[in-house]
Amino acid sequence: MFKRSDHDTRPIVRILVEGAPVEARAGDTVSAALLASGRDVRRLTAVSGAPRLPYCMMGVCFDCLVTIDGVGNRQGCLVPVADGMRIEIQKGKREIGR
Amino acid sequence: MSAPLKDSYDLVVIGAGPAGLAATATAAKAGLSVLLLDENAGPGGQVWRAITSTPLADRGQLGPDFWSGEALVRALREGDAEVIHRATVWSLDTALEIGVSVGGGSAFVTARRVILATGALERPFPIPGWTLPGVMTAGAAQTLLKSSGLVPDEPTVIAGQGPLLWLLSAQILRLGGRIDRILDTTERRNIVGALPHALAFATSPYLRKGLALIREVRAKVSVVSGVTDLAARGEGRLSSVTYKVGAREETLPASLLLLHQGVVPNVNLAMAAGVAHAWDDVQLAWLPVLGQDGATSVEGIAVAGDGAGIGGAEAAALRGRLAALAAVEALAPASLAKLESRESVRAELARAERGRPFLDRLFRPGKQFRIPADDTIVCRCEEITARDIREAVAIGATGPNQLKAYRRTGMGPCQGRLCGLTVTELMAEARGKTPQEIGYYRLRAPVKPIALAELAALPKSKAETEAVVRG
Amino acid sequence: MSKDYDVAVIGGGLLGSAIAWGLGRLGQRVVVLDEGDVTKRASRANFALVWVQSKGLGMPAYTDWTVRGARSWANLAAALREQTGLDVCLQQNGGFHLTLGEAEYGRRADLVARMHNQLGADGYRMDMVSAAEAGRALPGLGPEVSGGSFCPLDGHVNSLRTYRALHAGMKAFGVDYRPERPVSAITREGGEFRLTTPAGEVRAAKIVLAAGNANQDLAPMVGLSAPMGPTRGQILVTERTEPFLPHTLATLRQTDEGTVMIGDSKEDVLDDGAMRQGINAVMADRAQRTFPHLARLNVVRTWSGIRVMPRDGFPIYDQSETHPGAFVTCCHSGVTLAANHAFEIARMVAGGALEPDLVGAFTAKRFAAQESGTGSGYY
Repeated sequence: MFKRSDHDTRPIVRILVEGAPVEARAGDTVSAALLASGRDVRRLTAVSGAPRLPYCMMGVCFDCLVTIDGVGNRQGCLVPVADGMRIEIQKGKREIGR
Repeated sequence: MSAPLKDSYDLVVIGAGPAGLAATATAAKAGLSVLLLDENAGPGGQVWRAITSTPLADRGQLGPDFWSGEALVRALREGDAEVIHRATVWSLDTALEIGVSVGGGSAFVTARRVILATGALERPFPIPGWTLPGVMTAGAAQTLLKSSGLVPDEPTVIAGQGPLLWLLSAQILRLGGRIDRILDTTERRNIVGALPHALAFATSPYLRKGLALIREVRAKVSVVSGVTDLAARGEGRLSSVTYKVGAREETLPASLLLLHQGVVPNVNLAMAAGVAHAWDDVQLAWLPVLGQDGATSVEGIAVAGDGAGIGGAEAAALRGRLAALAAVEALAPASLAKLESRESVRAELARAERGRPFLDRLFRPGKQFRIPADDTIVCRCEEITARDIREAVAIGATGPNQLKAYRRTGMGPCQGRLCGLTVTELMAEARGKTPQEIGYYRLRAPVKPIALAELAALPKSKAETEAVVRG
Repeated sequence: MSKDYDVAVIGGGLLGSAIAWGLGRLGQRVVVLDEGDVTKRASRANFALVWVQSKGLGMPAYTDWTVRGARSWANLAAALREQTGLDVCLQQNGGFHLTLGEAEYGRRADLVARMHNQLGADGYRMDMVSAAEAGRALPGLGPEVSGGSFCPLDGHVNSLRTYRALHAGMKAFGVDYRPERPVSAITREGGEFRLTTPAGEVRAAKIVLAAGNANQDLAPMVGLSAPMGPTRGQILVTERTEPFLPHTLATLRQTDEGTVMIGDSKEDVLDDGAMRQGINAVMADRAQRTFPHLARLNVVRTWSGIRVMPRDGFPIYDQSETHPGAFVTCCHSGVTLAANHAFEIARMVAGGALEPDLVGAFTAKRFAAQESGTGSGYY
């Protein structure tokens, strides 16, 4: 859906998405890294299970909710990536204790 | 990223966009102790997002209006204000106590003055299919572009109206991104209302810049005007966009649809603090009721920037300066001599706002894009359609707060940000009332979700404990 | 809008709606006069418990009334479902009041003992349970939970959906729901009541005051009284999470939607605009000590609401001697008692008289005898 600029010289940051290695760039938010990854990163809503992707990218719509390092329902558009970060796509309601 | 260093400050500024940066720099220069709290990773707000970190070093790509923010970022860094990014302000009350979450922990700080510079968000654009993966706001695409250098590379349609649409399109094209078509939803009759304000607009910088952008984009992308009946289609993700021009219906394959029909004040924190708002029939949004230089109905709280009514980045910075000057006058009047006079800033502001009445009227979003048909989802969080809301009105729902009881609209994590305006206008239409009469959600802290453990760690008095542990 | 009605119900919250729905069901011509979007509405600010345990200490009739209400709730839920298609998600598999630490456990045990010493309804039990017993029923309990009390009749319901179902049902029964019409004056002339509202006068043969705390001002207009005490409560609500809680607790429940509601506080104030974050902190702290796995869950909303609380905590159901046909109804437990209101009170109002054997104890005349003091309408 999105491609990176040829001029982007920021350092590579390696994250894991559903266990698979993905290369992001320093300064990416989790949502930006997911959208740039080319993977299917659609979450499922907690109400009907409908698929969604980030909508606003500025912290207001909560359609970018994602599990980061084992913590559910985080706003991926507000969290910068870090080396070794583990991302899981949320399917429905947040699980208890995560 | 750490908690505030002190318990109290002369001034707390919330939001590091143009208004917040200008307010902070001005107040710090006057010697006030200032804390600037901002949700993003760096300064700039939305309009200058990632100004200190964007990978797009070629200044022509983002354009001069973007880089004009550097002066204020510099001014901020030259001053000694305390600045905390990735800070979420979740509570503000009339005692000017601010609940802020930083790095997973919350603290309360108090201020003698607060300037809310929480800016704007994009107006909801509820069309059929707008929740499908692949439908985003134009602002979202611009955020990806500025902060990560990302541009669309699959079939892409941009739809809607307003200056941002053209700026974003030009930026995507400069970076080699893909735009298949632009669907302009501006209603042709808007020009009638806008015309009386054309002279002021013609002498503002908007005109020259706007025309150049439109020329740049039209040279490369086909633009369709007079678009109605816009819809996103697809199973599980966007596959096509349908629309009408006159009686002709067209379908375009697309995997990305970027929507935009202007921006509106981000009112949640101000409303939760008890700041009075009123419906504005020109901007079709709730605006805070303001006295001079951004003063609100709550003593000590001012609103500056687009949160005070949409005026653009230049006006926002000037409003930020004015609100800061008012704070300096109240707290350290002797320091006013070091700063520019308020009269001169007010005159600058009047010039900066000159073109706005024309733009507001020309780009007034059409009713069909504000008050959707029955099957369209209005509340994205609770997945409530326009029909659901009309049915609730039919059995007795009078306004947005009663509607919550019937349908849970606005009770999800976005707290009404993506449905509130639609709900107000839709209920007003269904009940034959004005939006002012219908009103808005009654908002309360936390204005952003906060972890239970964070709340649990806050201070508790004996009386507060005894209000819970009884019997 | 001058139209004659058999009954005008003043107040369209859960109490007024249940009575109006019940009257509509009996074929009465009914109008409901309600306030608008922003007003103190306990119907929007309740905890949605159908709760029996500890109710009625000091007034056995209230225990009986509560048990009756809980036992007939399933009939109301079934009737609403059949009429409107809406499932109000009634769950009555017993509820816990959990305690943290030994001191709280001891105080709770004292209360349970006092309840046992008071004669109550058939089959009504409320027993102390150990931490181990509670832990078997409620996975994930924290180490500080010292046990608590359990009552098999307790449960909960989706109270917002109940409200919607009652309103949809009223519409189907032909009840006229008239919002934005607070009643400012009531007179009785020529055998009918005349109610003054901002949108004109409404006439009805009988009236039912079900206006919450506003009953305090309305009741004297028709020779009745409804002394109320101000009590504010705050509630936290989390984001939706996977189901984890098989029983409801007195202060913590998981809704059918998945959100977790956390209560509850009690302050003697009437201003629901303010919110004390320290109280929210205490409730959050107790919730995570009860279920440590909730600690990372996000709180999405909080609110404060005003309880409708008669001064001694027990309901008021009364009829006027000076203004025949005028009834007043006030109670804290509009959810728990909804079935009683829909079936019993509606029947009595339609018949023109309250039935002393069921609700005689709830006359407001009792306040003349006992000038103050609180019972256990609410703990």
